[in-house]
Amino acid sequence: MNKTIWTVAALALVLTACKSTPMNPAKVEDSSVTRPIAKSQGNTGADSSASTDKINIKTVDVDTSKDELSAAELAKRQVFFDYDSDAIREEYKALVANHAKYLVAHPQTKVVLQGNTDERGTHEYNLALGQRRSVAVKNALNVLGVSDSQIETVSYGEERSKQNCADDGCFQQDRRVDIVYAGQ
Amino acid sequence: MTLNKLFVIILVYKQTKMNKTVTMQNLKNGLIHFLSHTIGVGVLVWMFALPAQAALELEISGGSAIQVPVAILPMAESGAAPSGSRLHEIISNDLRGSGMFRIINTSGMPALPTTASQIKYTDWTALKAQGLSLGEVQQVGGNLKVSVQVMDVLRQTALLQLTYTVSPSQYRHVAHLIADQIYEKFTGQPGAFATRIAYVTKVGKRFTLQIADYDGFNAQTLVSSNEPIISPAWSPDGSKMAYVSFEKKKPIVFVQSLYTGERKVVANFKGNNSAPAWAPDGSKLAVVLTYGANSQIYTISADGSNLQQVTKSSSIDTEPAFSPDGQSIYFSSDRGGRPQIYKVPASGGSASRVTFEGSYNVSPRFSPDGKYLTYIRNDGGAFKVAVQDLGSGDVKVLSTGSQDESPSFAPNSRTIMYATRVGGKGTLATVTVDGLVRQRLSEAGGDIREPAWGPAQAAPK
Repeated sequence: MNKTIWTVAALALVLTACKSTPMNPAKVEDSSVTRPIAKSQGNTGADSSASTDKINIKTVDVDTSKDELSAAELAKRQVFFDYDSDAIREEYKALVANHAKYLVAHPQTKVVLQGNTDERGTHEYNLALGQRRSVAVKNALNVLGVSDSQIETVSYGEERSKQNCADDGCFQQDRRVDIVYAGQ
Repeated sequence: MTLNKLFVIILVYKQTKMNKTVTMQNLKNGLIHFLSHTIGVGVLVWMFALPAQAALELEISGGSAIQVPVAILPMAESGAAPSGSRLHEIISNDLRGSGMFRIINTSGMPALPTTASQIKYTDWTALKAQGLSLGEVQQVGGNLKVSVQVMDVLRQTALLQLTYTVSPSQYRHVAHLIADQIYEKFTGQPGAFATRIAYVTKVGKRFTLQIADYDGFNAQTLVSSNEPIISPAWSPDGSKMAYVSFEKKKPIVFVQSLYTGERKVVANFKGNNSAPAWAPDGSKLAVVLTYGANSQIYTISADGSNLQQVTKSSSIDTEPAFSPDGQSIYFSSDRGGRPQIYKVPASGGSASRVTFEGSYNVSPRFSPDGKYLTYIRNDGGAFKVAVQDLGSGDVKVLSTGSQDESPSFAPNSRTIMYATRVGGKGTLATVTVDGLVRQRLSEAGGDIREPAWGPAQAAPK
């Protein structure tokens, strides 16, 4: 994930923006340029708090403190599966529930669920198996109230698998669904 | 090492005397490095650096193949011949690699004829040659005029008289065309040497879809990407390639013209778009779409219109393949629990099961003559190429690897090419339908996977 750093003229203005709109990661990305300081020097008159004489430059790291998506319970975005299984293990149910809660609270936010498999088997069949896993996570999100319009399920099959795994600990890393927020 | 491609030839000496191994490669072409010495019962690993891209290695296993003894004599070549292997060497490699011919060693012969009138037939009957080919290559303008005669040694008559006028870049292609003619004359079956294959290479993080001659030479890149490319499928006329690209962070089906480079999105629906398979008339493709659920089979016109759903199940249905008559689509499905191959009318309807032996059979592909179905069987944890005789129902496991994938038939229905892994790296291999003749193609520096053998057709000019 990019460490996006904003250099802003008025911290208050930025914080207001963050609070007033749902966190849309695509927008964070888009505004990752350094804002021209001169432009916010009070001559627009749009925001009194920004039109002070003194400009205090503060750096905000959106990936840590202020980004809801970066909160500990949402930072985990990988759901791992057993061999030849699309059942969501007990230990990942809370993870899925945290993302469901966020998505329900932010109905404009979209996610892509990317299914993956280990390298054993054929490319296309593994693509289908990876898809089954992404559908399993989607169904779990649906049950928790997330709308279909917020979710796309896709599969990479074995295409991103580690090659030449020697044991199941290695294969296990490949059997997963990645939850990818739009724009990230 | 600056040469970008290295080829590993492994000579496997089987313990049984009936088995023999022959390298197809012209060993003169740049032996760089003796890599390893004899290991165990006799595995020799050599590395060769070659000016061209690839090498097929031949391993004939089993002793029951009837081989026609033929002498393939050097051509009289005037002027500067194209670099690399000579015409007669390419023809010899083709014929030897088919497992159907024994190439007579002519190195001890005092004078080799280049015209029919120079042939002393007693020399050749003494060597038990049944056939003998000779001829010449002339420079005509900027082109090469290749004239070949193939003689019946016993009857002392000409079996074939062939003349080709081509650009020098078609040198290897002409050799393959001649080998096809000789193959057909002696076996009664068409050859498949003047054919092409498509495959995907992965070097570092770079994926490329390449087209090459069947023996791996003359490789050209059709498309390259930092995201995966899978499932290349030739259009029946050999002019277009369908494939799946992840360049937009999801699988999308493209069709690309080989000659114009024109590239069209055929299927880009919500979810996955994958597993393209052409109908025999080239008008439409079977594809696998998911939307928000499991993989299901659809047909779609080659221009992306007229989408129709073929399978409707809550299971995985994927890897469609049209039967040669276009009436049925065979596919992999886990609707019965474990993955097996089923068939369904191409217009949709109820599916019936095709494979019953083994607990895991996927990736069906037909022989062009419709007599065989090849697929991948998981045999106790090892994935192997199997072939099913659709007449008798007999099934034979043909390959010996543990991660063999993507079987596809040669246009003459005699040989199957597939992906295998050797030393942790993907490579291509072939095996004949009878399981007697195996070859391996290798490229160092990256993985090769997902081979698709192109249809019979002339190469473009």
